[in-house]
Amino acid sequence: MPIQVLMPALSPTMEKGNLAKWLKKEGEAVRSGDVIAEIETDKATMEVEATDEGTLGKILIPEGTNDVAVNTPIATILADGESAADLGKAEAPKAARMPARDVSSEVAESRAPVGEGKPMISDPKRPAGTAAEIPEDPDIPAGTEMVTMTIREALRDAMAEEMRRDGDVFLMGEEVAEYQGAYKVSQGLLEEFGARRVIDTPITEHGFAGVGVGAAFAGLKPIVEFMTFNFAMQAIDQIINSAAKTLYMSGGQMGCSIVFRGPNGAAARVAAQHSQDYSAWYSQIPGLKVIAPYSAADYKGLLKAAIRDPNPVIFLENEILYGHTGPVPKFDDYVLPIGKARIARAGQHVTLVSWSNGMTYALKAADELAKEGIEAEVVDLRTLRPMDTDTIVASVRKTGRAVTVEEGWQQSGVGAEIVARIMEHAFDYLDAPVMRVSGKDVPMPYAANLEKLALPSIAEVVEAAKAVCYR
Amino acid sequence: MILPASGFDMAASKKSVAQAADNGSESGSPPAFTREQDLQALRDMLLIRRFEEKAGQLYGMGAIGGFCHLYIGQEAIVVGMQMTLGQGDQVITGYRDHGHMLACGMDAKGVMAELTGRRGGYSKGKGGSMHMFSKEKHFYGGHGIVGAQVSLGTGLAFANRYRGNDRVSLAYFGDGAANQGQVYESFNMAELWKLPVVYIIENNRYAMGTSVTRSSAQTDFSKRGVSFNIPGEQVDGMDVRAVKAAGDRAVKWCRDGKGPYILEMQTYRYRGHSMSDPAKYRTREEVDKVRHDQDPIEQVRNRLLADKVAEDELKKIDAKVREIVNMAADFAQNDPEPDASELYTDIYR
Repeated sequence: MPIQVLMPALSPTMEKGNLAKWLKKEGEAVRSGDVIAEIETDKATMEVEATDEGTLGKILIPEGTNDVAVNTPIATILADGESAADLGKAEAPKAARMPARDVSSEVAESRAPVGEGKPMISDPKRPAGTAAEIPEDPDIPAGTEMVTMTIREALRDAMAEEMRRDGDVFLMGEEVAEYQGAYKVSQGLLEEFGARRVIDTPITEHGFAGVGVGAAFAGLKPIVEFMTFNFAMQAIDQIINSAAKTLYMSGGQMGCSIVFRGPNGAAARVAAQHSQDYSAWYSQIPGLKVIAPYSAADYKGLLKAAIRDPNPVIFLENEILYGHTGPVPKFDDYVLPIGKARIARAGQHVTLVSWSNGMTYALKAADELAKEGIEAEVVDLRTLRPMDTDTIVASVRKTGRAVTVEEGWQQSGVGAEIVARIMEHAFDYLDAPVMRVSGKDVPMPYAANLEKLALPSIAEVVEAAKAVCYR
Repeated sequence: MILPASGFDMAASKKSVAQAADNGSESGSPPAFTREQDLQALRDMLLIRRFEEKAGQLYGMGAIGGFCHLYIGQEAIVVGMQMTLGQGDQVITGYRDHGHMLACGMDAKGVMAELTGRRGGYSKGKGGSMHMFSKEKHFYGGHGIVGAQVSLGTGLAFANRYRGNDRVSLAYFGDGAANQGQVYESFNMAELWKLPVVYIIENNRYAMGTSVTRSSAQTDFSKRGVSFNIPGEQVDGMDVRAVKAAGDRAVKWCRDGKGPYILEMQTYRYRGHSMSDPAKYRTREEVDKVRHDQDPIEQVRNRLLADKVAEDELKKIDAKVREIVNMAADFAQNDPEPDASELYTDIYR
């Protein structure tokens, strides 16, 4: 049967074009790949190649015709053995142009207001695996020994335990092996696990992040250490475009179980390029989980959870906290749920929401506030994505007032996100606008006095808490 | 080597790095194929050619959206390389990936349905032309960020080395990607750790619209590993036999635990960079000359005819291939779009 050649689209947005020129005449033989015509739009001219073989039977649109609609038959090609008499039987390839996106039908979906009797989070589209289904922290068996250790040691123990448990887990990064970690987090791991599983990389963040993700595609479970997350900016393409998105882009076929970890945010006196807080950056990305703990026990339990998790996890540590100590329960399966906040201090007058080193300001501010009769409830988010909105909202419904505390910048920050969620889910319970205490809107300065000014302070948290309490 | 404006001088292709494996045939043409090998190569290359022509047609009809990068002209590379691989060897590439998927044995229907964004596509319609994967066929994508697949493919090789198996990974990228920084970060680690990865640079002479001479200080891509001590060869990527011969050497080098290997495949894409590229940066004569003189499929077809294979038999192969492609196109246009509920699946597992 003769084949109709249709006016092609050069892009999904093209609707019509001009038929500039025919390069083959009626009756001329055409082979697959031969240029038969030239068409043009306001943007470009383009050659039309034949995709079938035979003879150009009839030209339906003469050259020089303007505004030919896409998918209009422009010529007929006769297959071997067919003649002009067959032209009437020509069959067009089925045109299957997708309908244009109808925006009007998309705005109709309205959100039901959040009422008393409804679950706090009413978004029916929320994907599985977010806060609502996340279990509580595991019970610590009676008689479990509590060991006081530094956060540095808690991290090391978490990695060592998981590496003993699973031969697919390995650690790679700069100075993680022979140097024992730039911040001595991987102390002793090379000795126990050898150079096959504790791997010193060259200084090559983009490259080794990609190598880690590729190894994870193949089924290994890499822990990729960045000396600091400031250097991970070189690798962020692999983290986001490869690690976070591939499960979705592959229709669920190919995911990666990988942990990217290292110190994040401000250290001390290292200035702008070594002091950035990336909480907001990573927590924006669907496909990533983002953890930023404060206490030693949480560091251990959540790092173990991150290593066991089948998804890419960003584990944000804090250099200032590495030397801090805390009690950590001594048992191998101390694995905490990702996505669950913790009430670090109970109170009824104002909710302080923070995570990582922000908790230092929040907890000390709560002590100060207590002296003035204000009982602050301090929520330690621990995980930024998925964010435990339920715990935040439950606290705010109780206190009616909230302050967020973070070392990162305010614009498009995690605090901004928390405020939005409180507004969406607890607006009617608020007795005052929510306030944010954050790092100042400047690159981190070097001078000691300026650096101090650029970071949040206990005094600022106290002041904000009193302000929302109208005190 | 400075590329002559008229095209590659394929006869001048040669090993470029002293350490490259001895190919045993310094002069002249690559080892001959058996008739069966030629028939297989013809079938596999024709499938890619016809598939891509159909994809171009469907794009023109609006059935395929977004970007669509066709592989027409470069077929000998993936087909020849695939002939060198064993069970479990892995393949990863960039976004001009349809040919690689078909060569890996992925189903034409599933690939075409992904191009049209339908539920029967390899990624359920959520990945599109540039993002397709098949664990079963050891195809690791389909990556849209230029050069990213080089580090990822090095990671696949890392996993093989970690596990102590003898699998090899092939990381394909173009002359454009060869200028990305992470390529050299990967070269360094691969040689340092002796990772079994073949880096295949598909030099089709244009990084989108920029010719290699305008973008590359060193246009001999086989030398790009010199400072890492990675051996490399320039290969006539239009001759499937030369591809296979070089591929055999490279894969053996990797399997023997000697580390990575670079193959610069000198090739040509007949179509624009993507469907919306009018390709004004080169002349029609240049395209026609390569097509006429070096077409990878015609080379095999002519050999077969010279070998007294009946023209009818070749026509039958073509008809069979067209049937597969037409069925794929029908499926891809009639398969339903993904269910709306798929919007929120496969983000986490």
